[in-house]
Amino acid sequence: MVLKVFFPSCCSSAESGILVGRWLSEQNSAVVLAVLHFPFIPVQVKQYLSEVQRVTKVSVSVLGSWSNSKQEKEESLSEFLEDLGTIFSHEPWIQISKEGDSKFWSCSTLQKHSTSPKEEEIILVYYDQRKVMLSHLHPPLDTAASTDHEAKDASKLSAIFDTVAKSTVLFMTDRYDDGPIKLTHWQSDGVEASIIVELLKQASVPACMLLTFLLSLISGICRSRVLKFWPLSFLWSKLSTCEQLGHRLQHLQVISSNKKAQNQAQLMRSSSIPMKVNRSLHCASSLSWCPWDIKDAVKANIFVSLLIDVALGILLMSWLYRKNRIGHLADTLIPVADHVAEELQDLLQWLMGAPAGLKMNRALDQVLGRFFLYHIHLWISYIHLMSPFIEMILWYVGLSACLGLTVALCILSDVIALLTFHIYCFYVYGARLYCLKIYGLSSLWRLFRGKKWNVLRQRVDSCSYDLDQLFIGTLLFTILLFLLPTTALYYLVFTLLRLLVVIVQGLIHLLVDLIDSLPLYSIILRLCRSYRLAAGVKFRVLEQQDGKPLRLLMQINPLSYGSVVQTYRLPTYSCYPKDSWTSLCKKLFLGELIYPWKHKGEKQD
Amino acid sequence: MAERWFRSASGAPIALRRRQHSACCRELSVRCPRLQLRSLSAVTSAVWLAAYGLFALSENSMVLSAAIFITLIGLIIYLHFVKIDQESLLVIGSLGIQVTSSYASGKESTTFIEMSQVKDVVINEAIHMQEVIYYLCILLWDPGDPEGVSEVVPLFQSSKPRLDCLIEVYKSCQEILEQRKPTPQASGIK
Repeated sequence: MVLKVFFPSCCSSAESGILVGRWLSEQNSAVVLAVLHFPFIPVQVKQYLSEVQRVTKVSVSVLGSWSNSKQEKEESLSEFLEDLGTIFSHEPWIQISKEGDSKFWSCSTLQKHSTSPKEEEIILVYYDQRKVMLSHLHPPLDTAASTDHEAKDASKLSAIFDTVAKSTVLFMTDRYDDGPIKLTHWQSDGVEASIIVELLKQASVPACMLLTFLLSLISGICRSRVLKFWPLSFLWSKLSTCEQLGHRLQHLQVISSNKKAQNQAQLMRSSSIPMKVNRSLHCASSLSWCPWDIKDAVKANIFVSLLIDVALGILLMSWLYRKNRIGHLADTLIPVADHVAEELQDLLQWLMGAPAGLKMNRALDQVLGRFFLYHIHLWISYIHLMSPFIEMILWYVGLSACLGLTVALCILSDVIALLTFHIYCFYVYGARLYCLKIYGLSSLWRLFRGKKWNVLRQRVDSCSYDLDQLFIGTLLFTILLFLLPTTALYYLVFTLLRLLVVIVQGLIHLLVDLIDSLPLYSIILRLCRSYRLAAGVKFRVLEQQDGKPLRLLMQINPLSYGSVVQTYRLPTYSCYPKDSWTSLCKKLFLGELIYPWKHKGEKQD
Repeated sequence: MAERWFRSASGAPIALRRRQHSACCRELSVRCPRLQLRSLSAVTSAVWLAAYGLFALSENSMVLSAAIFITLIGLIIYLHFVKIDQESLLVIGSLGIQVTSSYASGKESTTFIEMSQVKDVVINEAIHMQEVIYYLCILLWDPGDPEGVSEVVPLFQSSKPRLDCLIEVYKSCQEILEQRKPTPQASGIK
């Protein structure tokens, strides 16, 4: 079988020594992690490696020898290296030697207990140790659904990434350390660290504690009994601003929690996560060795998303308050509300006449028209009553835009809902009337045919009616039937208006959802440090020479932007309309009230 | 390194290049015909004539600058996302199969499939509109069902070589795949 040796490209110019790494026998491949230089004492080396093995749970061992001779091959050195094979017994003992500055190395194996005497081919794969260590290999989403045991078996590459990532403790010693062991790896020229990162880490602990304290205060206030009384609790559940604020509060709680979510259950309970993120978290918890934890990714994404949201909100606020634009907005609000009311009045006058040439029932028409006109009149009076306070209310409400752009958009959506409340009322009246009429008609139609709805059995049964029952039924049926066009027309007009408002609100909510769920940190990471999010690897064939092993370069294949968004999407609180188009049309036809946007907190069927 | 000329399913000439890097590593690349100057000029002239016609009707010079802008953006999008120059298959025994598509703008999109996931490489027939075309595809193991196939990965989708070219590629691939140790899951390879 073919032997594969994964060699770090940083060790290409290392001095002679022995190779330290992990042997994966089921794949017949050796992952070299570092080169240990002379002089060393074999007992100390074995001790050190067993220490490393205990800490990292990776079976690190001596794999073979590495000789980098600037002059010609020295015979004594090669014998010495072969003898090392007897001290560190490893099967097979890999010997790699590099002459001068040649790119083509010779690689051979020593098999003491070999069953197959023939020469096996060797493939030398170079890999960038730092990038492989920092990278997180994403399994394809469909395999994450299957059991992780099978997924681990199927992906051999993840074992290699696994090995390098877990052995970080091996990379902590650099060549300036005075120890018995001298290693060469990617950090052997000095351990990388950044002052800013260290300072931030130190500062984050008290900041998190302060944030947790403030959040516990705020959530304590929110949960107090005062706010649970009926009018207030009803108001909170209807306003989308409160939903959004609660959602953001939850996010802040996730960020400020110091302990990482120890098990899946805790993370699931703290926030409602849809199935896709659940799956990716599930597979991530099985790959919990990775330095780049997906739970860290969730925290980082939430933090960046909050930051951008607040920044955009403050930008919006500064734009609104400059040149007193908010004052102008408040000034135009009342005339706009008046204008909408006037348009509605014109519409009702049109309906009370002969709309689109249709002939209405005059009496019912007048009744309904006058009822709705009076309603509008009341509404306008209330608006005019409130008009001196509008500017002040709007000024203070506009200040809350500094909590984030999403909050500002939710406030806009709520303001639209409040201003078009009369349209909602009209829709409800029209729908109820129409619904009553339709049910009455269907029941009386059954009476015509001599049938009845059996409530107990939930089916239509035959029934013999008396003569007076039939007479009254026929009369009522005729009345309802001839009044149907008028009611249906009112219902149609107000349903269309209501749907228009719902569509506008829905678009705003879509935008809020988009800002809420977009994983900005992951996208920026994919842009700047694309090797951290790996979808797989790609191999490039390097220059070959006959007689020497095959040389390949293993590079990281980054995840596509679509998969990044899909994997790291933040969970949101709203779900899309569950009604299909046919059920929506059926509801509209029967006059049942439609609630297209259901929130997750409400009772679900 | 040997290069042979074949025809694609639509009749355009394509070149197949075979390289043997070592006993267990082979690279097969199919080069598609390049972007023709005459088709480029034809499309550009058509767009600009239409824009000039609109300009003559509407007397708005924005139409002309919009047409230039659209042509440039369209060309860049076409070269970067649509026009594939070369499709190659790198088969490394006991490591895996790598499929690369290089676009005209230089972008390369690569997929690597590990050898443990590959069940077989076969030539399949497909009915596309009024014709029957042959295509080469990689069959992947289904973890749940040892006899089943979880995914079919079609190769050379934009160059669409004909059967004679596909047979050459198939033979090369099978020589490497034969060297695999038969695993307990494999039930009668080929």
